[in-house]
Amino acid sequence: MWEYTDKVKDHFLNPRNVGEIENPDGVGEIGSLACGDALKLYFKLDENKRISEAKFQTFGCASAIASSSALTEMIKGLTLEEAAKITNEDIAAYLGGLPREKMHCSVMGRDALEHAIADYRGHKPKKSEGRIVCECFGVTDLEIERAVRENNLKTIDDVTAYVKAGGGCGNCHDNIRKIIDSVSGQVRPEPQKPARLTTIQKIKLIEETLEREIRPALKKDGGDIELLDVDGNRVFVKLRGTCATCKASQVTLKHYVESKLKELVTPEIVVTEE
Amino acid sequence: MKTVYVDNNATTRVAPEVLEAMLPYFSEYYGNPSSMHSFGGQAAKKIKTARSAVAGLIGAAPEEIVFTSCGTESDSTAIRAAIDSNPEKRHIITTRVEHPAIKNLCEHLGKNGCRLTVVPVDGSGRLDTDYLMKNLSEDTAVVSVMWANNESGVIFPIEEISQAVRERSILFHTDAVQAAGKIPINIGRTGVDLLSLSGHKIHAPKGIGVLYVRKGTKFSPFLIGGHQEIGRRGGTENVPAIIGLGKACELAAGHIEEENTRVRGLRDKLENEIIKRVPQVIVNGDRNRRLPNTTSLGFEYIEGEAILLMMDALGICASSGSACTSGSLEPSHVLRAMGVPFTAAHGSIRFSLSIYNTEAEIDYIIENLPPIIARLRQMSPFWQDFIQKQPAAGR
Repeated sequence: MWEYTDKVKDHFLNPRNVGEIENPDGVGEIGSLACGDALKLYFKLDENKRISEAKFQTFGCASAIASSSALTEMIKGLTLEEAAKITNEDIAAYLGGLPREKMHCSVMGRDALEHAIADYRGHKPKKSEGRIVCECFGVTDLEIERAVRENNLKTIDDVTAYVKAGGGCGNCHDNIRKIIDSVSGQVRPEPQKPARLTTIQKIKLIEETLEREIRPALKKDGGDIELLDVDGNRVFVKLRGTCATCKASQVTLKHYVESKLKELVTPEIVVTEE
Repeated sequence: MKTVYVDNNATTRVAPEVLEAMLPYFSEYYGNPSSMHSFGGQAAKKIKTARSAVAGLIGAAPEEIVFTSCGTESDSTAIRAAIDSNPEKRHIITTRVEHPAIKNLCEHLGKNGCRLTVVPVDGSGRLDTDYLMKNLSEDTAVVSVMWANNESGVIFPIEEISQAVRERSILFHTDAVQAAGKIPINIGRTGVDLLSLSGHKIHAPKGIGVLYVRKGTKFSPFLIGGHQEIGRRGGTENVPAIIGLGKACELAAGHIEEENTRVRGLRDKLENEIIKRVPQVIVNGDRNRRLPNTTSLGFEYIEGEAILLMMDALGICASSGSACTSGSLEPSHVLRAMGVPFTAAHGSIRFSLSIYNTEAEIDYIIENLPPIIARLRQMSPFWQDFIQKQPAAGR
């Protein structure tokens, strides 16, 4: 028997906001019958662009129903920007914690919310991005990477508990291990910034920063970045993938890429897109 | 709140008569049956009586009964003894729906020098006996097939299979943990060499099991130690539990008739009424060849743990073959082996009755389960999709 908190039991036995919303502003659907759980989340915005109504339909266990119910309560009254910041840990914390094996229920909540917000903004869900690693549950490398990074996961069991990957036949365990290793490899070695950089050291540091800090964040949104050249403190890059066509790409470039490089390489860096 | 216990394939209550028989052997007659004094000797005498009662339940001779600590120990002992005493043979045949005590053991042996053949079942949980027979070979050391399945309740034709296997001079083991006490077992009509039983499934306490070893079967002990059980299982006997098991077997032999009439009737009533009152339910397993106490029902488009916990809130104790209850993510290996459609596998619930269940309890379930199913379906996006696709009349 699972040790559920009283709050989980309450949200399971008395779920809030069950049902559909007619003409919703955003709908997010995640999971499937085959996978054993699924969540359909609806929201409606008021005139101030705040979530005025949120409803859900869930197929799943007690913690899946409780996580869905909690999520609808949590997002009411928020702007979409505020709602988008909710993490799976926030959902679990709202419920007073979930058994480790059930953390994937909170991840499902977060994912459904992301899909619903993307739906409102007219974006396609991100599910199709990435390469399927776990065939049994259709989980991609990007989803696993993200769960590992955000929740600091260390073992294959952790990954299974959070995103289900590896919970079926087990054929993907080696690949999951590699993803965990590569993510923890990215996190561990903080590149040391020497007092004065030679040109070679500078280029190396720029490359490392792009790889470790910037690329993963862009990839989350389906984008990528390529380093073309370095001339003194001028860095020439090319944005790829969805970034290449994104209207906000110049903002990304100046506020994200350049500021990261200024912080981690040298404050004189100027980034230009070729 | 009252408890309605319909999870008897998981474990059973200790019968009051069993408890009564056991109690004096904890603090009054606590002697060691191996002792020379008559104080220990009286425990030895009671063990002898118990051994006869256990043998009686399955039509065996008392000296063919070895007491163990549980069904799992019996299974492990049987398979390992079969392998150890046939060092020239390295092939094991078992089925896809065995209890983990056999399944995981055989998989372990399969990775450690043995060749493993796993026999499939059909959609109703019936064994593909042709497949089994075709795979028997010179190299086969043992065939292990459960007598009845713990989840679906489906009974396998052990008499026929075991005889055919025995004709080939291959050892045959059966895990009869779920069958014993629920259907008649007469070992003399079979070719079974090794058979496992568990006390706590038949109203004896937990911590006592039995391995039947046919006279003349080559054997090597799993627990090596003293001379207990004629050298077949070392370790001081669990005297009170053995005495309790003896009493439980005596009672079970007398209750088989009731299991197959009254208990079967209650099970059928439960099953039929639920099917009548709840749409989109499937029965997992061959309804014509099942244990009289078991029904596994798949409620489409909802998930089993949620059903169980809502029943639990009303005091109803059952179990599920769904993923979420076990901590694994996939439905049970039994339901998967049967190819139960995933629309129903995740929502499968097993009810297993005993002679202690009353008609009032069954009525309580019949009354309270349909609203739970309706409530969960009302929450399920797939149920909404399903009913929208139905003609208006079906709504």
